[in-house]
Amino acid sequence: MTGVLRRLLLIVGLPAALIVTWYAASANSENFYAPPLRQILAAFADTWTPERLRADVLPSLARLGAGYLLAGLIGIAAGVAIGASPRLRAAAEPVLEFFRAVPPPVLVPVIMLFAGIGNGMKVIVIVSGCVWPVLLNTVEGVRSTDSVLSDTTRAYGITGVARLRHLLLPAASPRIVAGLRQALSIAIILMVISEMFAASNGLGFTIVQFQRSFAIPEMWSGIILLGLLGFGLSELFRLAEHFALAWYHGLRDAQRRS
Amino acid sequence: MTAAGAGVARVRPAGRALLGLSGLAGLLVLVELLPRAGIVSDRSLPPTSRILAALADEAATAAFWVAVGDTLTAWAIGLAVAVAAGVAVGVLIGAVPVLRAVTASTVEFLRPIPSVALIPLAVLLYGSDLGSTLLLVVYAAFWQVLVQVLYGVADVDPVAEETARSFRFTAAARIRYVLWPTALPYVFTGVRLAASVALVLAVTAELVIGAPGLGAVIAVAQTSGAIPTMYALIVVTGLIGVAINLAARRAERHFLAWHQSVRGEVAA
Repeated sequence: MTGVLRRLLLIVGLPAALIVTWYAASANSENFYAPPLRQILAAFADTWTPERLRADVLPSLARLGAGYLLAGLIGIAAGVAIGASPRLRAAAEPVLEFFRAVPPPVLVPVIMLFAGIGNGMKVIVIVSGCVWPVLLNTVEGVRSTDSVLSDTTRAYGITGVARLRHLLLPAASPRIVAGLRQALSIAIILMVISEMFAASNGLGFTIVQFQRSFAIPEMWSGIILLGLLGFGLSELFRLAEHFALAWYHGLRDAQRRS
Repeated sequence: MTAAGAGVARVRPAGRALLGLSGLAGLLVLVELLPRAGIVSDRSLPPTSRILAALADEAATAAFWVAVGDTLTAWAIGLAVAVAAGVAVGVLIGAVPVLRAVTASTVEFLRPIPSVALIPLAVLLYGSDLGSTLLLVVYAAFWQVLVQVLYGVADVDPVAEETARSFRFTAAARIRYVLWPTALPYVFTGVRLAASVALVLAVTAELVIGAPGLGAVIAVAQTSGAIPTMYALIVVTGLIGVAINLAARRAERHFLAWHQSVRGEVAA
């Protein structure tokens, strides 16, 4: 029992202390840019009402989800195809390295030329940024498939979909998950950036509106909401990873112990 | 040598380079042909030749090189600050078990906060100055380094640590001879990740906030409808990114030669 209490204290202790310090230090703040935390929290409750959440946060999340899913599917499919063929991989590598190195936000102006400024543009922006880490990690994962397993499946005449389903995807999945994790943080960045460029709703748009109209407590509340969103999504991802890769973590632990 | 056998067939190094070059050439030809054949409008995607011409024009102007210099300055300062702070904080937290236990939840909470959330704050605090860019770059890159250093510190061999303790190593000596060599590969991984994240955030800040640098020049080219120039500048940011990746990888291999050769694993 005391063990549980101790762990809880360790988890909540510092964050609580930090929040209390912020609250106390800013209580009488005259600084225009750093209003008292009390005011920010009040603004948070006033600003992020259910209607606001539905009108601004939901569209953002929908675009994020659509872009992220599409990027995952395209990345894994292309990654398996490229990873399974050494020639294709050699030919594609420099091009892929280049596209990965382009900072994704600079693609926003380019994509605006093709897709205008609607929802489609924002989803394509997210896809175009997220697809590279997934793709490159999938390629690496497929490439490092255990050669004994690979030869065994070939000896047993396992080809096509069965080979994909039972050999390539499981072998590459730890790397794929690593790629998806990188892609998640890129997706959030691009969601916000694409809305800062051109939008009539969404989190990024709203926060920039607050900043431009000098609604400072509201702006802070938006920053906090974005932070909570980032944290929540990464926790969700960790949970999903825990289930999807349970076999892998178990294997690693067993290998480490032996 | 058949292409069908995954992971078995090897492509020779010379062949690899040739295939890679042909891949790049294919991309350039494709971009040249798509607008020329009218499949996409040349106002959306100008052909390669016009992008390259725009690139040559840009490279002849002083303003372009000033912008490149601004971007690289923000990148380098931001990365240096983030690495120094990340390593210092990471080693401190890692070396003191109590601190590690207390700060774990805070690090886990602050790390996934998207750095772009700070854009409005940066604008209010620094306007469209170098300071805005630095705030975003340092924030984003710091976590990459810190988290890797913490992984590295957690990886210290308990036997080595206890041996050092029983030989009465001082805290400084334990950090220098036990903790640091173990953490170094992780530090380099962190620096490599931070280097590319720092570039992304530097260009993003310039693009969105208008701080001086390549991003701001891209925004100007976009609003003035100079499409080939815009593409040329984007290509430049990509080339800078490739150069940073290659340099970081080379530095890692150089400084960690002892590590990989001894333990025979790839620090990744």
